[in-house]
Amino acid sequence: MSQQTITKPDPVEIRGSSVRRGDRVFFNLSRGAGILMLAITGAIGVFLAWKAIPSLQSDSANFFTEQQWFPDAVPPVFGIAALAFGTVVTALVAMVLAVPVAIGIALFISHYANRRVASTLGFIVDLLAAVPSIIFGLWGLSVLMPNMQGFVAWIVKYFGWIPLFANPEQVYTKSILIAGVVLAIMILPTISAVTREVFLQVPQGHIEASLALGATRWEMVRMVVFPFGKPGMVSAAMLGLGRALGETIAVALILSAVFEINWQITEPGGNTFAANIALKWNEAGPNGLSALIASGLVLFIITLVVNMIARLIVARRKEYSGANS
Amino acid sequence: MKTSRGVGILAVTAAGVLAVAACSSGGSASGNSIKASGSSAQKNAMTEWINSYQQANSGSTIDYQANGSGAGIQDFINNQTSFAGSDSAIKDADLQKASQRCGTGPAINIPMVGGAIVVAFNVAGVEKLDLSSSVVAQIFSGKITKWNAPAIASLNPGVKLPDAAIVQFHRSDSSGTTDNFTKYLQASAAKDWTTAPGKDWTAPGGQGAKGNDGVASSVKSTPNSVGYMELSFAQDSKIPMAAINNGGGAVMPTTETAQAGLASATVVGTGNDLSLKIDYANKAPGAYPIVLVTYEITCEKGLQGGALTLTKSFLQYTASDSAQGMLSGIGYVPLPASLLTKVNSSVNSIS
Repeated sequence: MSQQTITKPDPVEIRGSSVRRGDRVFFNLSRGAGILMLAITGAIGVFLAWKAIPSLQSDSANFFTEQQWFPDAVPPVFGIAALAFGTVVTALVAMVLAVPVAIGIALFISHYANRRVASTLGFIVDLLAAVPSIIFGLWGLSVLMPNMQGFVAWIVKYFGWIPLFANPEQVYTKSILIAGVVLAIMILPTISAVTREVFLQVPQGHIEASLALGATRWEMVRMVVFPFGKPGMVSAAMLGLGRALGETIAVALILSAVFEINWQITEPGGNTFAANIALKWNEAGPNGLSALIASGLVLFIITLVVNMIARLIVARRKEYSGANS
Repeated sequence: MKTSRGVGILAVTAAGVLAVAACSSGGSASGNSIKASGSSAQKNAMTEWINSYQQANSGSTIDYQANGSGAGIQDFINNQTSFAGSDSAIKDADLQKASQRCGTGPAINIPMVGGAIVVAFNVAGVEKLDLSSSVVAQIFSGKITKWNAPAIASLNPGVKLPDAAIVQFHRSDSSGTTDNFTKYLQASAAKDWTTAPGKDWTAPGGQGAKGNDGVASSVKSTPNSVGYMELSFAQDSKIPMAAINNGGGAVMPTTETAQAGLASATVVGTGNDLSLKIDYANKAPGAYPIVLVTYEITCEKGLQGGALTLTKSFLQYTASDSAQGMLSGIGYVPLPASLLTKVNSSVNSIS
């Protein structure tokens, strides 16, 4: 944006022995920060693995396929199947709901709204990101859940033939769907704020060129803004997904905490890694604590893998990134 | 920009982890200040007691953190606290570790706060409901699914029960409340309650809510619902409670009936260890059967210096008639006189 005002430094000044001391200090500081980051992430991983080992050795069931969670029983029986299922499905519901809306908000702010509306709306969206998750949880439990009953009943009535929405008991509270809606609202500002920034960086020249060629505004968005912003949109979505996977207290308040894989997402049930840790930690015995840490390790790995996939997608799409335009 | 955000978030997470790790260390006691932690069930009683104790003994500080019985016992074993509050008596491996921490003397369970678990319901137009233990077990195990089921109706002649499905709430978190409630169901309705008792709810069906407050607010806001919770939560939320018939007539849960229920508890601990066995199948008329006791766990011998003086003095205060008398006003149950005498001699033995 302000490229024209920056005078390019003379390359000779930086090279060779005449490196300024400030440069070197800053280089070392930033390298140190990078190394510290790696060390902390690694230390968390090692800590989790170390603490998880005793319970994993004691588990008399298959840790990956068992749905029940009785780590303090004799013999201990516990596994992450139900937790992994609940975590992934609530996060997916949240993503399906939040990503399109977030991108819509970002587009509106960056390319449709006039300046005053855009800055006010942007401010409000950013404000939403600062609301603590316990507030979202309490709001979801005491406001959203009672008021969503009619809507969920409507979905079940007309779409109940899809196994996902079947609900023979006709009880619509404390479900994965409701937790997913709350999570969607929580991750909305994160995704929308990042995509908005990316959309704002689309080179004005490209936009003007497409409009000059006779593109309508929507065609311009589709052919210029989206391709340019794709890596940004993906990483924004992954940031949101990371938050959704790890969200604890809001989910713990809303879900019914059932250790069972149930695809019928409008029924009471569901449980997630983070929520389960919050619900079981206080009363867990030594083996129970270790088992909870083992489940935390799995969540840590899932998040790591999700982020690595996101990086891969972004890296493959490098030709569109701002650096080359 | 993307990267810096990611790094920021990770850094904040890591800082949080470090902060939590830093918090968990800390000394047990110094001078006239002690730390304690454990059961959240006795939190309100502790808060009241600590307040009035500190007012009477200025300069003394007692810090009770209600982080759950399991965590409280671990804190005590790790020498971070002078006593632990717990919903169930410490035993077996934990007792051995706790006694090792005490060094010279065994760790002992001292009952201190009584409580009652009530079955509270929200059915339009119904204020009073009599339930037998067997019916309670059938409701919570999903065998009775309608409010107008013959089993409920025959116990409540003249009460107009709706033809509506029963919405059952239980605890989604691990808790001593669930532990005591399921022990009661197993002891007094073994035929209708077949899942093993424990801190985690294992029966099929129903919906989980977090904490006593979560169950109370869920029942309060859901028509045709029922849930179990501690007495004070039902009282505070003004939710009607069921009278329980354990074979000796229906008994409403009140401080007095629960105290009568507690009187049937027998001491199974040896020496100054006052572990109790509660008679959940209690049929005595006027005795409410679903009662619980929370313990203070400390060293009979082995506390040192200021921690010893203050722990003993504080527990002597909590076992006094005036401190026990405060309990009924805040939804707890004072210990029956016969038990309180034993508690006092046990506390006096701490040295």
